[in-house]
Amino acid sequence: MAITLVPGAIAAPNADDDFVLERRGVWKRFRKHKLALVGAFVLLAVTLIATFAKFLAPADPNFIDQANWSGYPLAPGVAGHILGTDENGRDLLSRLMYGAQISLMIAFFTVFLQLTIGTVIGAFAGYYGGLVDYILMRITDVFLSIPLLPLLLVLTAIVAASSNKASLGLGVIVVIIGGLSWPGVARLVRASFLSLREKEFCEAARALGNPDLRIIFRHLLPNAIAPIIVQGTLSVATVIIVESTLSFLGFGIQPPTASWGNMLANAESNMAIAPWVAIFPGLCILVTVLAINYLGDGLRDAIDPNMK
Amino acid sequence: MVGAPYARTFPIAPGGIALFSYIVRRSLQAIPLLLLISVILYWILSNAPGGPLAPYLQNPHITAADIARLKHNFGLDQPLPIRYVRWLGMVLQGDLGYSNSNSESVTTAIVERIPATVLLSGTSLFLSLVIGISIGIFAAIKPYSTVDYIVTTLAFFGQSMPVFWFALMLQLAFAVGGITAFGYHFALPSAGISASDEFDLGDRIAHLILPTVVLSFLNIAVWSRFTRSSMLEVVKTDYMRTAAAKGLDRSKIILRHGLKNALIPVVTIIALSLPDLFSGAVVTETIFAWPGMGRLFFSALGQFDFSLLMGYLVIVSFLVVFFNLVADVAYAYLDPRVKYD
Repeated sequence: MAITLVPGAIAAPNADDDFVLERRGVWKRFRKHKLALVGAFVLLAVTLIATFAKFLAPADPNFIDQANWSGYPLAPGVAGHILGTDENGRDLLSRLMYGAQISLMIAFFTVFLQLTIGTVIGAFAGYYGGLVDYILMRITDVFLSIPLLPLLLVLTAIVAASSNKASLGLGVIVVIIGGLSWPGVARLVRASFLSLREKEFCEAARALGNPDLRIIFRHLLPNAIAPIIVQGTLSVATVIIVESTLSFLGFGIQPPTASWGNMLANAESNMAIAPWVAIFPGLCILVTVLAINYLGDGLRDAIDPNMK
Repeated sequence: MVGAPYARTFPIAPGGIALFSYIVRRSLQAIPLLLLISVILYWILSNAPGGPLAPYLQNPHITAADIARLKHNFGLDQPLPIRYVRWLGMVLQGDLGYSNSNSESVTTAIVERIPATVLLSGTSLFLSLVIGISIGIFAAIKPYSTVDYIVTTLAFFGQSMPVFWFALMLQLAFAVGGITAFGYHFALPSAGISASDEFDLGDRIAHLILPTVVLSFLNIAVWSRFTRSSMLEVVKTDYMRTAAAKGLDRSKIILRHGLKNALIPVVTIIALSLPDLFSGAVVTETIFAWPGMGRLFFSALGQFDFSLLMGYLVIVSFLVVFFNLVADVAYAYLDPRVKYD
């Protein structure tokens, strides 16, 4: 291949340098946000505990300690149960660890689905504009106008009733929450694409004869990724709360599978004699969600200091 | 659109013809949106096994022939589009159908629950507004002070705490064992709206405390943070610097010159969260057995009461669309720089 001197070939390394510098700036700003660092660390710890729950948990999450349990929850420390047991004599700490698995898995997969749908719809609406934009945005409006929690409750109730199964699978919950919570992402991505499509590099990509899909996903999307990452991080926190609320109300993950939400469902009736059953699962949710919210806040400040 | 980059246009008087035609245009746009919402909701709900007759299917005294007759009588053997159009025709006349689980009309069932929801949500709204905005202003007067730091931290906690767990913890702290203070021992009620049918103000207030705190905490967290950042944006503007250059002190500038402008975006946020309050917070009402619309919805869910669920969802979606419109109109009215389009 003949080597030709094109102006662009000289400019390219510089552009790369800029990119690296830009990334260093992000890390530098992120490092300053101490609480975001703590948040990242806590989230990492929770994820590791959830991943290795099988090896870390002191007992099987569904094992009933028949030897010591006599119908009432065992207090923390009794018979080797560090955090006590629930009303069925199952080790609370083990259930919390396995519950973390469920909560985090649902949250990550749901956010992945939500970002995918939202990004595709927002990107098409913003890039094409006109009638495509109009139709996609009206659909978005519909899903933004129906309050999420009641709609989720109705849908999970319908799916549970028509599947003839006692429990809703994890996948069903992911699809239902993810399939309904994308409109915010779609609006965000659309707004970025509306301004990106007017930029010179987009013009250039078009002039070179790139197909639309390539322009959207290879040229424009990388430039719109920062707010999507921030939104996605914060969404993980929201989804953990939404899933635990559904499970608490009896419409999400069904027992005996442990989830932080459904562990609280029966806690209320025993609260006078066994407050620990009500306290610990909620603390897990609070700490994890707080960590993610601080992490998202730090990411937002670091990636785009002007965004608020 | 809320928060859209507004063009600086030259003087359109606030109010007047431009605003009026803007309201009319936006209202007309809301109609197809509401129709589309109701079509989608109707389609989703009609997928429930048994549909509107679900409660009868579990009744052993009702035979298959009865079901077929009921289906015919209610017009359920008709195709879905026809059923939807009939439903829509009834709704437009103010009839939301018959509630199977409550054995009365849906309209009556919902109207009966409105006062309880308005009492709880109204109290919570009032407290959230006063406390949230005051805290936000206070934090903005002394940004990065200890008070500001505490407020920001509390806001993060408010946004990170599951509502139902907060409710459980309050019940645990104040209702289950009770509290001893100043030599008295008392426990706050954790369920219902009153202890007896006879009206007793003290009893009513006692029942109101815990659900109101639960419902207000998140709003106070979000609104105070929002007021703070909106105020800090306004403080940067030229007219605020002018006021400062005249020698006024910071708190005076903020209250006299900044507040009105800083509250414009806050009004939008508040308007957008009103539907959540007035559709009856499902979780809060359910946990505290508060006899409002949210709990009505939740109990209808257990028996899959088609008409009631449909009626509730349509009303709530209507509230969302309506308050969106109110938010946009209020924004356009309060900020003369916004172009009506």
